[in-house]
Amino acid sequence: MTDANNAVVRFVDVQKSYDGESLVVKKFNLDMQKGEFLTMLGPSGSGKTTCLMMLAGFEPATHGEIYLNDKPINNVPPHKRGIGMVFQNYALFPHMTVAENLAFPLQVRKKSKSEVEERVKGALDMVQLGEFGSRRPAQLSGGQQQRVAVARALVFDPDVVLMDEPLGALDKNLREQMQYEIKHIHENLGVTVLYVTHDQSEALTMSNRIAVFDDGVVQQLAAPAVLYEEPENAFVANFIGENNVIGGKITRIDGQSCQVDVGESREVQALAVNIGAVGEATTLSLRPERVTLNPGDDCPNIFEGKVEELIYLGDHIRTRMKVCGHDAFIVKIPNSSTHAQLREGATVKVGWTMEDCRALDALH
Amino acid sequence: MSTTVESIAAEQMVTADGIPLKVSLARARRRARNRALLLVAPLFLFIFVTFFIPIFSMLFRSVENELVGETLHRTVPLLQNWDESGDAIPGEEVFAALVQDFAEAQETKTAGRPGRRLNYEKPGFSSLFRKTARKAEKLEPPYKEAMIKISKDWGDIEYWRVLKRESGKYTKAYYLSALDFSYDPEGNIVKNPGEESIYIKLFWRTLWMSMLITVLCLVLAYPISYLLSTLPARSSNLLLILVLLPFWTSLLVRTSAWIAILQQEGVINDFLVFLGFLTDDGRLAMIHNQVGTIVAMVHVLLPFMVLPLYSVMKTIPPSYLRAARSLGANPFTAFVRVYMPNTVAGIGAGGILVFIIAIGYYITPALVGGQSGTLISNLIAYHLEASLNWGLAAALGAILLGGVLVLYLLYDKVVGIDNMKLG
Ligand SMILES: Nc1ncnc2c1ncn2[C@@H]1O[C@H](COP(=O)(O)OP(=O)(O)OP(=O)(O)O)[C@@H](O)[C@H]1O
Ligand SMILES: [Mg+2]
Repeated sequence: MTDANNAVVRFVDVQKSYDGESLVVKKFNLDMQKGEFLTMLGPSGSGKTTCLMMLAGFEPATHGEIYLNDKPINNVPPHKRGIGMVFQNYALFPHMTVAENLAFPLQVRKKSKSEVEERVKGALDMVQLGEFGSRRPAQLSGGQQQRVAVARALVFDPDVVLMDEPLGALDKNLREQMQYEIKHIHENLGVTVLYVTHDQSEALTMSNRIAVFDDGVVQQLAAPAVLYEEPENAFVANFIGENNVIGGKITRIDGQSCQVDVGESREVQALAVNIGAVGEATTLSLRPERVTLNPGDDCPNIFEGKVEELIYLGDHIRTRMKVCGHDAFIVKIPNSSTHAQLREGATVKVGWTMEDCRALDALH
Repeated sequence: MSTTVESIAAEQMVTADGIPLKVSLARARRRARNRALLLVAPLFLFIFVTFFIPIFSMLFRSVENELVGETLHRTVPLLQNWDESGDAIPGEEVFAALVQDFAEAQETKTAGRPGRRLNYEKPGFSSLFRKTARKAEKLEPPYKEAMIKISKDWGDIEYWRVLKRESGKYTKAYYLSALDFSYDPEGNIVKNPGEESIYIKLFWRTLWMSMLITVLCLVLAYPISYLLSTLPARSSNLLLILVLLPFWTSLLVRTSAWIAILQQEGVINDFLVFLGFLTDDGRLAMIHNQVGTIVAMVHVLLPFMVLPLYSVMKTIPPSYLRAARSLGANPFTAFVRVYMPNTVAGIGAGGILVFIIAIGYYITPALVGGQSGTLISNLIAYHLEASLNWGLAAALGAILLGGVLVLYLLYDKVVGIDNMKLG
């Protein structure tokens, strides 16, 4: 709780229901540190936008309290919260020029004319649109509009900037470029950013921390590498990156490790992360790049795999195999000359370490 | 070799079969255009026959004046040599031609209409023509004395001056009277004295009442359109039906309903008397005057304002207002600086629609306008139906049309017609 005191944004047990029948956000707790770039990642309809709207003040929280700089803001109207927001469709005002759009938040704050001018110019330069000040938003490309929207949300020095899938409408190349630009702006200004996306690579690229959102609850909140390497439950393991999922039943627990029966009386040694008691169901999660071909004899898990399909992807070869009765088992084989050439229909030995195979909660 | 080929190619691109690119492009476009024209042709023909021809023939009546010259076809050419600025009436030669013309007119029974036409300019012409035509056959020379004997008006130079002035193929007399001008006895154009100038007053009244009605419609329609555009689809559809409901009721019924509500023994007056705000003999006059016209016309024209406004507001994403709020604008500033400018297209379209309909509106002011609430169109109707002075009616209509066009151009200059959005 001491740590919570210097949080910029704090959600405490926030719940939200639109219709009084179902909860869209169930029990949302989140602390954002100053200067942090925090991403909410989750499938469509999981309540991400709803959380942003509650923070920005456009939707009231049904239950719970939201704090901004340690002050409760449930009763503060949106225009007094001082939160910058980038909307998915940019929401640039079409009847104003780019410069007028940027000047708007400063004018409503009654800044002097010279200060407005100076700050607008600075903001335009920041997003490399110096010459475009006199254009209308409709005369800009999608990427340029996006930059104007970002500049407008930052020009009045808000404590927190919210971005709701700001890159959703851009094509892939532009999106990657904008990801870096936004990240650099964040690093240069040190502003606190709450970012929403359902694109996991975007989240992994940009964030300090990621809150994986599903079904109205945060499934796991951690740094990108931790999320990928150490998912805490089956949803996160599946949602972030590619993952081999094998269902089974726990037969023995041995401190950190456990033994899981995956059918046809085959036993897998796995890391016990999030499991019940012996006899209960569990989900094994194994990253495709952690599977080795023809492992040494000291490997705890060695099984026969039958190659079903080979897909050439340049830097690696994606191989679909049938392992332990599972025919959607994916193995990523680096494209290097030292590796054996595989052939469809061939049978090879595959193996993995105990640490790489995580036993998680059962999928429903 | 290759350089010459390139320079030719730069001048003139050709298609694969050697026809210049411009020619084949024009050919391809012409085909598409012809097809489009063919599709439009029936409607164009319909509009031409039912809209342009009637309007132009009607407008033409405001200057057309063939009747006098046709009937008095012997007299009129001779009159050209007569000097109307002197004091002498025309000589025997003119009277002889006049007698022949009247004799012929009596046979073909065509003396009445030019008489009525000239009667607009100087009362007395109608009976003069009828009387003269009846007796013209039996007249003996010298005709001058004989004619003056029939009516001494023929010896009055003022009648001759009017006859000469209005004998041409075209006349500006209708426009003059439509703008409250007339000729004095010497033939100079003078402004009518105050109590006789009714048309200009009525034009002004039509103009300001139409503007007031437009503004009132806007004030009433703006909030309802905003509500319509923000409600969920189901309730907004229901509300839209309510807005359009008046369209399903006859205009006459709606206007009469206002009589029942606004008249001295009507619902509102009864209610106010019942509450004690009014004494029984202090009942308000709210119908058969300007108030009645304005109230009833605002009601009738409201949907024409709501629909364009609604269609524009529906396309404004709610995120604009949210963005403005998040940028620090209070609800009022956000609405005025961000929302309203985006509805200008709808305001313009609805405004011009209501204004143009109002400025030519006839039925409602005729029913509930009384004396002070009638508009120029009611006077046009009067001249078409009662006084049968179609020339004057046409002149009034043409001035009204011209005024609307001027306002339209003004609007285009100020707001820009491209900014208008009707649906
Ligand atoms: N104004 C509203 N009224 C009623 N229900 C709503 C409203 N807004 C959102 N919802 C519901 O709340 C749930 C969460 O919506 P939300 O917009 O927060 O999802 P999201 O995570 O942002 O999804 P996406 O990635 O598609 O934007 C959805 O089931 C949605 O139908
Ligand atoms: Mg969303």
